[in-house]
Amino acid sequence: MPSIAAYEFSDFVETACFLNDRPAFALADGTLRLPAGGEKALTLHEGGLLSAVYDGFGRRLLSGGEDGRVVATADGESAEELASIGRKWISAVAGGPNGAVGFASGRSAYVLAAKSPLKELPHPRTVEGLAFSPKGLRIATAHYDGASLFFPATDAVPTMLGWKGAHLDATFSPDGRFLVTAMQENALHGWRVEDGKHMRMTGYPSKVKDWSWSAKGRFLATSGAPAAILWPFSGKEGPMGKAPLELGTRGDSMVTAVACHPAEDMLAIGYADGMILAVRFADSKEALIRRGGASPVRTMAWDGKGRLLAFGAEDGEAGVVDIAG
Amino acid sequence: MSETQAAPIPVTVLTGYLGSGKTTLLNRILSEDHGRKYAVIVNEFGEIGIDNDLIVESDEEIYEMNNGCVCCTVRGDLVRVVEGLTRRKGRFDAIVVETTGLADPVPVAQTFFMDEDVRAKTQLDAVVALVDAKHLPLRLKDSREAEDQIAFADVVLLNKTDLVSADELAAVEATVRAINPHAVIHRTERAGVDLKKVLGQSAFDLKRVLDDDPDFLEEAAHAHDDHVCGPDCDHDHDHHGHHHDHGHHHHDHDHAHGASPIHDVTVTSISLRGGPLDPKKFFPWIQALTQEQGPNILRLKGIIAFDDDPDRYVVQGVHMIIEGDHQRPWRAGEAKLSRLVFIGRNLDAEELEAGFAACAAKAKAPA
Repeated sequence: MPSIAAYEFSDFVETACFLNDRPAFALADGTLRLPAGGEKALTLHEGGLLSAVYDGFGRRLLSGGEDGRVVATADGESAEELASIGRKWISAVAGGPNGAVGFASGRSAYVLAAKSPLKELPHPRTVEGLAFSPKGLRIATAHYDGASLFFPATDAVPTMLGWKGAHLDATFSPDGRFLVTAMQENALHGWRVEDGKHMRMTGYPSKVKDWSWSAKGRFLATSGAPAAILWPFSGKEGPMGKAPLELGTRGDSMVTAVACHPAEDMLAIGYADGMILAVRFADSKEALIRRGGASPVRTMAWDGKGRLLAFGAEDGEAGVVDIAG
Repeated sequence: MSETQAAPIPVTVLTGYLGSGKTTLLNRILSEDHGRKYAVIVNEFGEIGIDNDLIVESDEEIYEMNNGCVCCTVRGDLVRVVEGLTRRKGRFDAIVVETTGLADPVPVAQTFFMDEDVRAKTQLDAVVALVDAKHLPLRLKDSREAEDQIAFADVVLLNKTDLVSADELAAVEATVRAINPHAVIHRTERAGVDLKKVLGQSAFDLKRVLDDDPDFLEEAAHAHDDHVCGPDCDHDHDHHGHHHDHGHHHHDHDHAHGASPIHDVTVTSISLRGGPLDPKKFFPWIQALTQEQGPNILRLKGIIAFDDDPDRYVVQGVHMIIEGDHQRPWRAGEAKLSRLVFIGRNLDAEELEAGFAACAAKAKAPA
């Protein structure tokens, strides 16, 4: 059994990540906790934190709060305010190449690119989620009846990728060829960016609320079922016509969080009962990482070397697992 | 473990036209000393006089579900805001959702049944409609929303009673009754009602729904007594061009007939009653009915006595969504009656009556 450093925070853990190799936990109460080497807390938002993502491009944590602010912290020691839009909730944040930051509030997406003023992209419906393409300055927004692709550095009209229904979040494949959204229905939808070809990924018993691209973008691992569902994206057609991989199937609990190992074809799977498994793609071999807990695993993240796994749960339980023991 | 299975947070939905007094009521909920902390979701901060970090502005977003059902809609903004609010335990005790004047209350209510996350963490407490006593007649002429809001409500605050005469008030109240015979009506000035009569109603709690309403079955038993139609009764309102479809059948159609001179009402209420039913007949019937006629059904509620079942079975529905559960044992001496009430449009009373009657349990041959 790998060794666990367990922590007990006072509030819901929204996002776990590593900042400068230190485990960091962004809580819904607006604080960032760095428990390793002496408990440290940094206030990111007054009132509460609504969204937080680790920005792999800028190696920092981006967050949005009930205070209408978007902040960034690279080391957990200090936070920088990137934008403030008044008394509005920031419901989604995303990081992109060259320091670009996107965020959403109500029916607008906003983009902050290097050396440019804040750009607002108004939408007819609420912007539920957003994601940057890995190359160039291109941002996708998820909304009712599809997704829109913007080149925010220009005033070009966005490319609309239509699909009926409410789209709540978006992610680009690491090679930028595919855009995938999570829907209000228990399904994902995907488009091949080059020609808008549709990809339907359905069959989930529950909403997909966490996803993670595997090393080299071969698979998109997702929550929302009693097993982690991994859609193959290595071929030209994406997952179309191929069966997804199912890992860590359990009869008595749902997968609530997933995190692909940064180098190996291995997935950390968090469940509604707090259990965490590490499962290898090749032979589905499972290793127990955490027996269970009091609440669903909300978030997991690997450190850059792929040796430590940080996790956080809905009731404030958290920890760092050293898989080498 | 107990904390993750914390009691669901009650949610009160406030509907009503612009100027009906929603803001006045909200300001009272936020400022009065009732010992509870409310999070309030509003469409616009507008005139809420209180500065409170638990007032959240959200853009009304109606999302149709991709399941082929036209009436399966949820409020996407509520899904998001409720998810955000409920992550932190103990921050507040209950939620109030204020809707815009023209809002359809149905997607708001359906959100609390159809979205798995919202459903897991909250419980719809009641839909409260504020009605401007002075302007209701005009509103009913203008729009279908005003009528829907009343038809859908559990509690109606007939507000601004000081602006109308006693006769006008009686007429307006009769109209509200005609649209929704089962809502609890409170007459108010400046939304001045005891908040206990608005909040904490458990109107959608299957364990409690209808249990606080001993008249529900009683009324059924005596319906004929208080429903005597004289020869001059003209409640077959075909001259309005609406299809009430409720002729003289032996269901009690709960119409406050003749009472409403401002009768532009298109919503009807149909009440069915009978003895014990056969579950093998009832469930397929109600399922098929709500599938086929869901769009016409605003709400349904009922207490069902099943043959050989010692417990009362309660059902409720909104459009195509229906849920039911055993409530409590029938009490000694309590007549085992079944009653089902529909509020909706274009409901075929005769067909409903026949379908319901066909669900009756066969009387057993004596052993």
